[in-house]
Amino acid sequence: MTKLMTAEEVAASVESGMTVGIGGWGSRRKPMTLVHAILRSPVRDLTLVSYGGPDVGMLCAAGKVRRVVAPFVTLDSIPLEPHFRRARQAGTIVFTEYDEGMFMFGLLAAAHRLPFLPTRAGLGSDVMRVNPELRTVRSPYADGEELVAVPALTMDVALVHVNRADARGDAQYLGPDPYLDDLYAKAAARCYVSCERVVENLLKEGPLQSLLISRSMVTGVVEAPGGAGFTSCEPDYGRDEALQRRYAETPWEDWDEQ
Amino acid sequence: MSSRADVCVVACAEAFRGDGEILAAGIGGAVTVLAARLARLTFEPELLTHDGTCLLTGDVPALGEAPELVEGWLPFRDHLWLVLNGRRHVMLGASQIDRYGNSNISCIGDWARPKAQLLGVRGAPGNTRCDPTSYWIPRHSPRVFVPEVDMVSGLGTDRGAYELRRVVTNLAVLDFRTPDGSMRLVSVHPGVRVDEVVAATGFDLTIPGDVPRTREPSEEELLVLDRLDPWRSRDREVPA
Repeated sequence: MTKLMTAEEVAASVESGMTVGIGGWGSRRKPMTLVHAILRSPVRDLTLVSYGGPDVGMLCAAGKVRRVVAPFVTLDSIPLEPHFRRARQAGTIVFTEYDEGMFMFGLLAAAHRLPFLPTRAGLGSDVMRVNPELRTVRSPYADGEELVAVPALTMDVALVHVNRADARGDAQYLGPDPYLDDLYAKAAARCYVSCERVVENLLKEGPLQSLLISRSMVTGVVEAPGGAGFTSCEPDYGRDEALQRRYAETPWEDWDEQ
Repeated sequence: MSSRADVCVVACAEAFRGDGEILAAGIGGAVTVLAARLARLTFEPELLTHDGTCLLTGDVPALGEAPELVEGWLPFRDHLWLVLNGRRHVMLGASQIDRYGNSNISCIGDWARPKAQLLGVRGAPGNTRCDPTSYWIPRHSPRVFVPEVDMVSGLGTDRGAYELRRVVTNLAVLDFRTPDGSMRLVSVHPGVRVDEVVAATGFDLTIPGDVPRTREPSEEELLVLDRLDPWRSRDREVPA
């Protein structure tokens, strides 16, 4: 059994109007090869679900995005993402702004096929004002506490990048942080994994605990060495700070031509 | 001889006094990270501190150095769990803060179409609802200390904050120990006058009759700071 495919095939399976979750965190282990393939495809009007970084910035700059669901969009070492900022300030995208913890509970709810999960995070803040569709629930137990009912962040497609995968779709991370990538895979109808290297035996690469995503959650695998660049993919490589700086300083049209 | 930045680091470290065995989390920059590490190495030895990514360090390394001993693993998912669990005191930044401590890091102007999109609310709503929170604001000015913030990211005392411990700026220490939970001047840093703080604040502060000076670092604290930050990156974060 093999699920190996190309980034272009992944992009071709994404339709306009879909909700696409993108793994990683900020400018860390983002599936940039898959993002680039979507940039070159005719798809548009996407809803992005992401702890946002240059993935969100580039797709906004290229006019692929209708809505962004995120608690932040940042390049980490460069705090503000220039293209996301421009899109927000020009009013060309809709923004669903959540607290980081709310966002994780939205992923957890979707991964567990629950309609929502309750949390305290978000209560009292303007997250409730700018997302008037959010509802609260009252604890049915003696405490009677009112909590935010974070709706499931269900997705049509999830895109993640990991260090290693096998051709059957099992995915492995070797860096210090899994981020929330397994939850994206579980929250999506289809998950596509890109990886630095496809291998036969994942346990030759790292310990049992590094097996992050099961093949039962994965539709396709793309071998993409350097496929997170310029974001980091530890321990294979760190962030290319010089290239990221150039990205942040270059007008999109000029960057896109290169 | 201590610099203004040294005074600020110690004033931030004082926010963690009495916290015990919880995570002291400084967000970005040199001053808050040094504050947590200084507190742990001096008067609050049970504190947990991290390396800025996902390691809880067993020892207390200098800025930019890797720890020799790691005592725990805190990937983002567990950090988000810890926020809800509450065994954490975070020192946040703010682009705007009002007299009840409502803070904004999301955007400037109307949220629907902001004049300036900033970071987004990040974890500020949950942090302030669930954990003790302090603020470090390196430029005390009326642009930051505003009558009303444009987007409430972190909760003030009037919106259900769990506990706002203190606000440390380049000029002063402030807290919220007033009958209505509004901001109070606690002390001014050496060399700063009360009227400078008033002029740099865009709302009315409660000001006690006799405003003390923020304490100077001790000899021991200065030695620890020189070890933790030999290149004095703290001085670059604090305008003179």
